[in-house]
Amino acid sequence: MTSPAPSSSTETTATSVPRRPTGTTFSRWLGIAALVGMTWLVVFGLLLSPDDDLQKKGVRILYIHVPSAWLAYLAFVVTGIASAGYLFKRTRSLIWDRIAGASAEVGVLFMAITLVTGSLWGRISWGTYWTWDSRLTTTAFLFITYVGYLAVRDLGGSHHQRAKRSAVLALLAVLEIPLVHFSVRWWRPLHQQESVAEGKLDDLMLFSLFVGIVSFTLLYVWLVLHRQRVLAMADAVDDKGLDGALAARRAEQEVAR
Amino acid sequence: MNQWPYVLISYALSLGGIATYTWRMLRRARSMASKVTEEDRPWT
Amino acid sequence: MSLFAVARLIAAKDLRIEWRSRVVLHQVVPFSGLVMVLFAFALDNDATLTRVAPGLVWLASMFSMLVVVQRSFAVEAADGALDALRVAGVRPDGIFLGKSLALAAQLAVLEVILLLAAVVLYKADVGAGSVPLLLATFVAATLGLAFVGTLYGGLASGASGRETLLPLLMLPVVAPVLIGATRATEAALGTNGASSNEGWPWVGLMVLFGVLFGAGGTLAFGSLVDE
Repeated sequence: MTSPAPSSSTETTATSVPRRPTGTTFSRWLGIAALVGMTWLVVFGLLLSPDDDLQKKGVRILYIHVPSAWLAYLAFVVTGIASAGYLFKRTRSLIWDRIAGASAEVGVLFMAITLVTGSLWGRISWGTYWTWDSRLTTTAFLFITYVGYLAVRDLGGSHHQRAKRSAVLALLAVLEIPLVHFSVRWWRPLHQQESVAEGKLDDLMLFSLFVGIVSFTLLYVWLVLHRQRVLAMADAVDDKGLDGALAARRAEQEVAR
Repeated sequence: MNQWPYVLISYALSLGGIATYTWRMLRRARSMASKVTEEDRPWT
Repeated sequence: MSLFAVARLIAAKDLRIEWRSRVVLHQVVPFSGLVMVLFAFALDNDATLTRVAPGLVWLASMFSMLVVVQRSFAVEAADGALDALRVAGVRPDGIFLGKSLALAAQLAVLEVILLLAAVVLYKADVGAGSVPLLLATFVAATLGLAFVGTLYGGLASGASGRETLLPLLMLPVVAPVLIGATRATEAALGTNGASSNEGWPWVGLMVLFGVLFGAGGTLAFGSLVDE
């Protein structure tokens, strides 16, 4: 949305808060595209899709499970890159930190969805909610690690303290995850089932999976964009102290009138 | 085994989770926006 | 001052504090013994206990380590000792290495006691042939644990609310050590008919783990405690 136009000053002060304070025209179209994609995914997944020969109705869960897993991994990669961007002195800026934080938060959300849908899919296709194969175990550790990362972000201190601390933590996670992955692989070498049955999906099913990945990606970008802006506003409020910010805000409204 | 409950639960939890997160974030955005000035929202 | 001189001084300081206060000896060692007894209550079967003894030793080590790490940084937080060290210009990588070494020394003592407890309580069988692998496992695992403990302990020290965060941050990271050390100890003791050459790759993994987190900690510790 665009900024509140002068015409809005005729309304009461309560409504002078913009309805979509973190939105722009770009993010709006992005959101609409994501919504259309998600709607198609739900309609196709629940109504149109045929059952798979082997996975039966489990294949319907895959339309959500695979894109969310993919996006969760992408989100954590983005967090890692943004953390490095912050720590690298020449590009040091709090915007990296906010992107890292927003991306980790969205990643944790998608990872939770991945784990839940994966368990339910496993119950249908394998007959069990969980197996200790390396992929599943590493995913669970990623989830816990980033839950911890988000907790560290809330510890307080100045913005740059938070940024530095969490950036270091995110890079340590990059160290941790391969080690967890390989140790679990050595630990249980027998459970090497592949999670996705390949080559058994017809064209429309593959197309829908593709639609799922695209619309989850759009959704991810939309969420991170907005979350990152909310973080920026929260930082601004912190900087000025609440009272100062409120005073400035009131003064601004006086001028608008 | 009736598989529909598993499918429906996974759709409900996924979409419900995303919707809840989005809703809470936008609500927070609005409450934050009432405390900051225009120049703290350079994207608008 | 050189890195290692600083590390030695810090390690000596930490160990001297422990020697005078005896917190680990009088509180953590009894606690870890208690954990071993509680495992026996929970599992309630002699054959099972012997089979899982290596895993329980390492699990108890990690739980006890949480307490030792918190103690290690509670010492620094009191009177702002860590800040004073930083203000005095003591290099942070030296602090990291020193505290890691002191932590490793205390952990090593704990682990040996826990292994003895496993021998006594769980009928774990330590033969003479198992000593080389066992020794390598203990050294590699202890160093890896100490580096991670110091790194995340430093992160979680200080302000309120951080102590509860330490287990959440640290335990996922040390999971590879738990797997590796358990498997290597099983191989050394011949649990479940494991042979001792199965253990050496795991020692290798733990050495890699120690090197990575030792290097990472040396680089990162400064920015973590620099507040």
